Amino acid sequence: MTSIFQIIGPVMVGPSSSHTAGAARLGNIARRICGEQPVRVDFYLHGSFAKTWKGHGTGKALLGGIMGMDPADERIADSFHHAMEAGLQYNFHTADLGEVHPNSVKIVMQTADGRIWEMMGSSVGGGKVIISSLNGMDIEFSGDYPTIITFHRDQPGAVAQVSEIISHHNINIAFLKVFRSSRGSDASMVIECDQEAEPDLLEQIKALQVVKEVMFINAGITPAN
Amino acid sequence: MYQFRKGTELLNLCQRYELNIDEIMLRCEIEESGQSRKQIWELMQDNLQVMNDSIIKGLDPDLKSAGGLVGGNASKVQFYMEKDNLCGKTVLKVIAYALAVSECNAAMGKIVAAPTAGASGILPGILVALSEEKGYSQEELIKSLFVAAAVGKIIATNATLSGAEGGCQAECGSAASMAAAAAVFLAGGSPQMSLDAGAIALKGLLGLVCDPVAGLVEVPCSKRNGNTAAIALTSADMALAGIKSFLPFDEVVEAMYRIGKIMVADLRETAAGGCAITPTALRYAEQVITQQND
Repeated sequence: MTSIFQIIGPVMVGPSSSHTAGAARLGNIARRICGEQPVRVDFYLHGSFAKTWKGHGTGKALLGGIMGMDPADERIADSFHHAMEAGLQYNFHTADLGEVHPNSVKIVMQTADGRIWEMMGSSVGGGKVIISSLNGMDIEFSGDYPTIITFHRDQPGAVAQVSEIISHHNINIAFLKVFRSSRGSDASMVIECDQEAEPDLLEQIKALQVVKEVMFINAGITPAN
Repeated sequence: MYQFRKGTELLNLCQRYELNIDEIMLRCEIEESGQSRKQIWELMQDNLQVMNDSIIKGLDPDLKSAGGLVGGNASKVQFYMEKDNLCGKTVLKVIAYALAVSECNAAMGKIVAAPTAGASGILPGILVALSEEKGYSQEELIKSLFVAAAVGKIIATNATLSGAEGGCQAECGSAASMAAAAAVFLAGGSPQMSLDAGAIALKGLLGLVCDPVAGLVEVPCSKRNGNTAAIALTSADMALAGIKSFLPFDEVVEAMYRIGKIMVADLRETAAGGCAITPTALRYAEQVITQQND
C-alpha cells in the first residue's frame, strides 16, 4: 500500500524527482559502495540525463550524493563548490551506455589509495533507482531495503557461510540474489534485508576466506559520514 | 478497519465513524504503517514547515531557476496583489504562493513533492494563503494535509500521479483535486463536499498534457501551478456554494486514467509535443544542449 508520505512527499531538492532526487540517491549509493569519499569521480551521462543534466541540476545532485548528501540536502545546489573545497576532482561526460534506461549514469570513482570503483545505475521515476552493474559485474538492486553486497569467489558454501552469519545476527533476508561473471570466478551476492546491518556483522563477513569485499547500503536516504 | 480504495469507501467510513476525512486518513495510516499517531502527525508537521519555507524562498525577487526560464514571478504577484487588481487579494495570494514553491523547486530549493515536484506549488499555495487570509491554525492546516493525502491516495490507487504515465492532468490535475478537497475541509465543508470539490477541480483539468520545454520543470510547469491553484480554489468555492459534481469523484478519477492511457507518448513528459516543440521552445532547447557541451 502507498504511504501518505509518498503522496505528500518526499521532501526533496528540486526540480525533478527523476533527474535530481534520483540522481542524488545514485550518487549516495555510489559513495557507500566506495566506502569513503573518493578523490576523483567521473560521471558518464546517458540518454535524457545527457540531454538535460544542467537544467535539472543532475550533475550537482550526483556530485552531492558522492559527498554523502541526501536528496533533501539543500547543499546540493552548491555541490560543485563543496567538491572544490573538499579537494574532490570531478568530470562529467556524455556517453552511450547501450540498451539501458534513458536516465542512466556510469560512475567511476578513485579512492586515495588508488582503487577504482565503477557503478552503473538508473533513476526510474519518483526518486526510485536501480543499480545494474558493479565493477563490471551485472547485478540488480533498488536500495529500497537495507542491502549487503559481497564480492566473493564462486565456490561451494559461500552463500551458506554468509547467510549463516546474517542469521546469527537475527536479521531476516527479504531477497537474496547471486551473480557471477563465469563459473568458479568472481561472484557477487546482493542480500536485501528487513533490518539494518551492524558494523560487526560486516566485519565477520569480511573475515570469511571466500569473501573479498563487503559493503552495506542502508535503505534510508541518510547521508554517509 | 479504516482502509479505503475508493472515494465511496472513504465517505462510508466517515459516515460510519462520524469522523471527517482527516481523521479517517490518519487512522488508516496508523494501521498501515505501524507508526504511532504522534510520529505520523509530526512527519506531516515537518512537511508543512518545508512548504512554508519553500514559499518564503520562492518569493525572493532575484531568484533564478537552473534553466533560467523562471524566477521572480511570485514576487511580482505578491507586489501586485496589494494594488488595484482583478482577482482580489485571496486568489492572487494563492497564485503568488503556488508560483513561489514552483520557482523554489526550479531553483533547486527544497520542496515537498505534493504529489510530485512538478506540481508542488498548488497545495501549499492554497493552504498557506488561506491560513493567512482566513486565520486557520497550523493544526487545522496539518489536518487538511491529511484530507489532501486521502484524495491523492485514491487517485494513486485507481489511476496515476505520474506525468510520464498520464500527462499533466495526473500531476497538476491531481494536486488541484487534493487542494480543492483540503480547502473545503478548512472552510468547514462536509466530506461529500470535499470530494465534490476534488471532482470539479479534476474535471476542469482533464486532458492536460505534460509538455515541458527542453524537458525542464520550468515552462509551462511553473505558471501552470499558479493557474491550477486558482482552479482548485474556485472548485472549492463551487462545492461550498452547494454545487454537486454530477459525476462522482471515483468516476472522474477513472476518466482521468483512461484519458492518460490513450494520450500519445509525445504528450507525456517526453518534450516531444505541445509547448515543447514550438519554435521558441526548440530554439531554447538547442541553446541548452550547445551550452552543455561547452
